Amino acid sequence: MQKGNVSLIDNPIQPAKLNAILGSMKSSKKRQKNRMLRYVTDKKQLLLQNPAVKMKFQAVTLEKARPSKANKVVYIDGAFGEDGDRKEDNNEDIPEDYRRIKHSALAILQWVYGPPLSTAVSRVLATLLEKDVPFQIIPVDMSKGEHKKPDYLKIQPFGQVPAFQDESISLFESRSICRYVCEKYADKGNKGLYGTNPLEKASIDQWVEAEGQSFGPPSGALVFQLAFAPRMNIPQDQGAIKQNEEKLRKVLDIYERRLGESRFLAGDEFTFADLSHLPNGDYLVNATDKGHLFTSRENLGRWWNEISDRESWKKVVEMRKSS
Amino acid sequence: MAEIMKVHGSVISTATQRVLACLNEKELEFEFIPVNMAVGEHKKDSFLAINPFGQVPAFEQGDLKLFESRAITQYIAHGYAEKGTTLIIPGKPMATLSVWMEVEAHQFDPVASKLNWELFFKPMFGIPTDNAAVEENEAKLTKVLDVYEARLAQSKYLGGDIFTLADLHHLPNISCAMKTQVKKLFDSRPHVSAWVADITSRPAWCKVVAMGK
Repeated sequence: MQKGNVSLIDNPIQPAKLNAILGSMKSSKKRQKNRMLRYVTDKKQLLLQNPAVKMKFQAVTLEKARPSKANKVVYIDGAFGEDGDRKEDNNEDIPEDYRRIKHSALAILQWVYGPPLSTAVSRVLATLLEKDVPFQIIPVDMSKGEHKKPDYLKIQPFGQVPAFQDESISLFESRSICRYVCEKYADKGNKGLYGTNPLEKASIDQWVEAEGQSFGPPSGALVFQLAFAPRMNIPQDQGAIKQNEEKLRKVLDIYERRLGESRFLAGDEFTFADLSHLPNGDYLVNATDKGHLFTSRENLGRWWNEISDRESWKKVVEMRKSS
Repeated sequence: MAEIMKVHGSVISTATQRVLACLNEKELEFEFIPVNMAVGEHKKDSFLAINPFGQVPAFEQGDLKLFESRAITQYIAHGYAEKGTTLIIPGKPMATLSVWMEVEAHQFDPVASKLNWELFFKPMFGIPTDNAAVEENEAKLTKVLDVYEARLAQSKYLGGDIFTLADLHHLPNISCAMKTQVKKLFDSRPHVSAWVADITSRPAWCKVVAMGK
């Protein structure tokens, strides 16, 4: 589905247009083609009741519907009427936008909660893009404290972003969301992103842990102090800046040595281990005056240029700019 | 995977204990190679070749070298899934298990480690405790344990119905914390308290504790 003439990731159908396309489909009692997708889990129902979450979209599928006892039939907004109003629109003429509709349908199934500006959210977005998996971003207005409200705490009890839902599960913690996506969509997009055998996976895991335990804390502290605190009118803590820069230097020296032996952290290919560093790295290099920590180190600089040049990351940066 | 597994580390290091607990649960043979951190052995080139971060533990099996305790435990748990205690849950439940492993790594561990450093290790080394840091981190731990209490009210163990890595990873820092004033934060929450009593009494963990005596 992801291959074809239309660039689906760049060009998803906007809900209003989808509505128009669906509205123009002719009714037919004959064939069962193109039934509309109806599956919403209890969690999504809960979500739909949350006034803070504004969504209007068509639930669409082009496979045969397989309603089961577990699935509730809900039509959401637009061409199919309100909940309970079952208009069965079968269409023998498959629209040209068939694949675009299907793509949008799949997008409905993967929900990422939180703003692209958040480092942890962007880690998940980059992974979904690498795996060529469509998704929807559900806004969480943190300036209004939406992330601390009871409805949100049901899906992320620590009141942080991101959270993630698909048709069957609700998750949080960016790295575990990414692992899940890589596992669920093992055959899509970048197949080697989390390794294809246990040894590769172990090597990736160790650098993901290193990112979380050694790189993340000092880089995250610097990003907060230098890029976010000023925007939030929080006074900078010079002591913390100095301390964390020192810690980060030591860590980056280790990375420099490693990247002299290996093109990417876990081996010769780009993996999730490298991707995991993109969010903090990007802010450090582009939003603080500490970019030289990367660029002054030869191997690290080379690695940084390569990983930040990936299409998936460039799209995340675009998403941030337009959000 | 017939080659002998080697763990380089220190019996008082919480991260090393994490790996030892896993190996014991899996009933696996391994060679323990003590690293004398007091004389800086972990910063020597021979050790840095296995763990470039100069930290314990480090793991070897044949040509495979691994660092980061949680990467090591996951490698062991997946690689020896059929042996000893099942520390993972195959299929979709693995995702939920993974969430709580991340919670331990990013929400619990940083706070619990700081408290253990202030209240357990510093006194041991004769360094004065920073009371402000203790107060700050106790407040953070309180919030984390409130989430745990709610979780453990719905689920027997953190990751699901069975004891898994999500619980095991907590053992070293919990064991240590229970020897300090922080104990009260665990004891005052019934589900957390029951869970702590359960996991810390596991024979595999008791063996690790015995190593440190």
